[in-house]
Amino acid sequence: MAYLPATHENRRAMLEKIGAPSVEALFSDVPSAYRFPPLKLPKAVSEMEILDELYGLALKNKSTGCFATFLGAGAYNHFVPSAIPALTSRGEFLTAYTPYQPEVSQGTLQAIFEYQSMAAELTGMEVVNASHYDGATAMAEAALMAINVSNGKRHKVLVAPSIHPQYRQVLRTYLPGRQAQVIGDEDPSASLEDLLARLDGDTACLIVQNPTFFGDLLPVEGLAERVHAAGALLVVVAVPVISLGLLVPPGRYGADIVVAEGQPLGAGLNFGGPYLGIFATRDSYVRKMPGRLVGETVDTEGRRGFVLTLTTREQHIRREKATSNICTNQGLVALTAAMYMAYMGKAGLRAVAELCYHKAHYAAAEISQLAGYRVLNPGNFFNEFVVACPRPVAEINAALLEKGILGGYDLEQDYPQARNQMLVCLTEMNSRQQIDRLVAALKTLAEVKP
Amino acid sequence: MRLEPEPLIFEMSSPGRRAYTLPELDVPAAALPEGYTREEVNLPEVSELEFVRHYTHLSQKNYSIDTHFYPLGSCTMKYNPRVNEKAATIEGLTQVHPLQPQETVQGSLELMYNLQEALKEISGFAGVSLQPAAGAHGEFTGVLMMRAYHASRGDTKRTKMLIPDSAHGTNPATSAMSGFSVVQIPSDRRGNVDLEALRRECDDSVVGLMLTNPNTLGLFEEHVLEVCEAVHACGGLMYGDGANLNALLGVARPGDLGFDVMHFNLHKTFTTPHGGGGPGSGPVGAGPRLLPFLPGPVVVQEEGQYRLQAPEQSIGRLKAFYGNYGMFLRAYTYIRMMGPDGLRQVAEDAVLNANYLKALVTPYFSLAIDRSCMHEFVVHGDIPAAGVRALDVSKRLIDYGVHPPTNYFPLIVHDALMIEPTETESKEMLEQFAEIMRQIAEEAGRDPELLRSAPHVTPVFRLDEVRAARNPVLCYKG
Repeated sequence: MAYLPATHENRRAMLEKIGAPSVEALFSDVPSAYRFPPLKLPKAVSEMEILDELYGLALKNKSTGCFATFLGAGAYNHFVPSAIPALTSRGEFLTAYTPYQPEVSQGTLQAIFEYQSMAAELTGMEVVNASHYDGATAMAEAALMAINVSNGKRHKVLVAPSIHPQYRQVLRTYLPGRQAQVIGDEDPSASLEDLLARLDGDTACLIVQNPTFFGDLLPVEGLAERVHAAGALLVVVAVPVISLGLLVPPGRYGADIVVAEGQPLGAGLNFGGPYLGIFATRDSYVRKMPGRLVGETVDTEGRRGFVLTLTTREQHIRREKATSNICTNQGLVALTAAMYMAYMGKAGLRAVAELCYHKAHYAAAEISQLAGYRVLNPGNFFNEFVVACPRPVAEINAALLEKGILGGYDLEQDYPQARNQMLVCLTEMNSRQQIDRLVAALKTLAEVKP
Repeated sequence: MRLEPEPLIFEMSSPGRRAYTLPELDVPAAALPEGYTREEVNLPEVSELEFVRHYTHLSQKNYSIDTHFYPLGSCTMKYNPRVNEKAATIEGLTQVHPLQPQETVQGSLELMYNLQEALKEISGFAGVSLQPAAGAHGEFTGVLMMRAYHASRGDTKRTKMLIPDSAHGTNPATSAMSGFSVVQIPSDRRGNVDLEALRRECDDSVVGLMLTNPNTLGLFEEHVLEVCEAVHACGGLMYGDGANLNALLGVARPGDLGFDVMHFNLHKTFTTPHGGGGPGSGPVGAGPRLLPFLPGPVVVQEEGQYRLQAPEQSIGRLKAFYGNYGMFLRAYTYIRMMGPDGLRQVAEDAVLNANYLKALVTPYFSLAIDRSCMHEFVVHGDIPAAGVRALDVSKRLIDYGVHPPTNYFPLIVHDALMIEPTETESKEMLEQFAEIMRQIAEEAGRDPELLRSAPHVTPVFRLDEVRAARNPVLCYKG
């Protein structure tokens, strides 16, 4: 049997040492009526056969490699330098557990310390934890933390309707235990001003996404001051995170908590996971923060070393009084993101962000010249923008697919008033030729009568 | 293990050096948004070779399953097959956007459907959602489902979650996060839930009981049917913490035993790698009563077509998209390669290995509870006569090239060492470990300081954790 080293002779000798008549005898505590149920599963296959099966399943997919991809909406098609998977797949990283024994985990611990440091620089914040499951759960935990910062006295979580719809859904799933309510997104067209007008003494936090789900750059001047004046926290969802290579980070405009989806930092699309929840805050809130933290210290010889620290916030120490129940996180994806940031470095991250920005603006300019199409973003945007189309987006996407183009996100799925509106995404992976193909295809589709 | 200090990547940085390459801009440059752009991002600047050496060096400062015996109790540190990693990098299955039209991702959906079905069969549940990203996330899911079930019946007075004192910390933390108060149930002398104490708490304010079975002492709950009956009789629900499911593969199905909902840890039982702390994957299985409340979407099949669908009274989404899909590829590969007989053999060998190791180790370290164990066992790791604590024994094990067992857990055992060898370790490895434990016990009598100052073969010795917490340095300050 694969992976099982015990031989018949081994098993016999071990049973003899234990003094058990048979292996079955070791399970006598299991109620006999339910013991050893036959499992109706397909019989075992060899490595060769399972790979065949998997390749067969792959053929039933169309991967982004088959398309010119213009789909983003929370998951982004970026290039992953070869050196990164080559290193994250090293068994010493891959098959280690949580670094609870620091002397034999300095590799993981130092790498996570470096991740925390680089992610803090990227977000403009002071402290970053060792990760959450994804951007959406990080945002939900930020809301829980904001409620805790108010010592449970504030019960409203004010959210912008321009936050990723799935993030807001996750937030609503997370909150029932806290007697808190999510408000602000009832009217999908509510502006930032409308939201600010709803701040009151019961508001734990205002959450905005910047750039918004529609790609818009938010006017952030004075935003934090107004939120703080109401005694609430400002939570910023920095999605897509690559934008932080170019744009003023939320830490610079007064955010109290910044969360982001770290997938673009080297993790690949992976049909939605594993991704990376980046969670950043200010030093003053660190003891209310969820999740693991790595800190620097010294050993008995005075040498620099790293340990998991401030663990009295965590479930394995504080149990029901912990700041969160999170235990297993996305450690290897945090390592991946650290590697991506180190590999791209100061200039590379900026360069990727600028490529995304310029390509998106070129595509938007070209599309807006097509009869029947309009770019709806009121001001500037980063790498995503909304196009009003002459026909339903589903129809357009079906036609694009036949031309080898994966079209943008159909906004009507989440925003009923956004009829025929497509969220188009550009990254460094889109060549000018791909963009020109998209534009030509859209032009044809406007001309064809439905 | 690499002993030389490794600089922080920031300390290796040289202005102007770079590893990356990118294509030239092939479209006209647009004006950058005035007033919105930042100062430079102060990230390190290194060459690709410096980058590769840095992370290679860091990796060499870890103990891992691939390099060392890793009997970390409750974590099921079994071998992570290489074919899993290949499965998780097949382009056609991984370079897939989660929001692609469903007709273009039929292969991925079929795999998820097959995994849901396999997990249902293994656990005896009526439905499975793959969405939760980790064990604790699965617990949160399950408890929210219990909450939703009671609420759907207008039964809103239930606020009390019962949790045995041997439980993982995530159980009470999850209950609190879900808005419930925690009532701790003591264990009896055989390591079971104290039935009398449980029955005293069973009333109409009980949400349910969270039970890990086998429990964190490595023992199968001898009264599991009575426990389920008592909780159900007062209208409560049974949550199963599947952390220790490895011992039950093909041995017993929690759904059959009376559990209403349970999470799986694909990163324990089903060989997806732990990754230095994650990602894991914590699918949730539900019995008939909680089935409608599963988080969505789940994959359904109709006439050979697969699609995503939210269950009827779903508690909603637990994360964006569909879960830690990369882990599904690995777990599915493993389940297919083992087959039904192989999975049962896994449980049998895991339990046999644990009992064998227990027999070899107990002459030197006494058992917390003297019973036939399942996949792991707990000993007292201290040697009071020598003034040696479980921590000292743990650290000394490092010198012998063994990752320490889980120490000081479960909390109900003083100086606990929780030892889980798993089924993928050979008889010879177990004997070698037992011999090391014998030597350490002997060393404790002869030279306890050797243990108290251990480890001695690592890049750093014992670290000042008090200093780290008192004056936190959580990022590089330059």
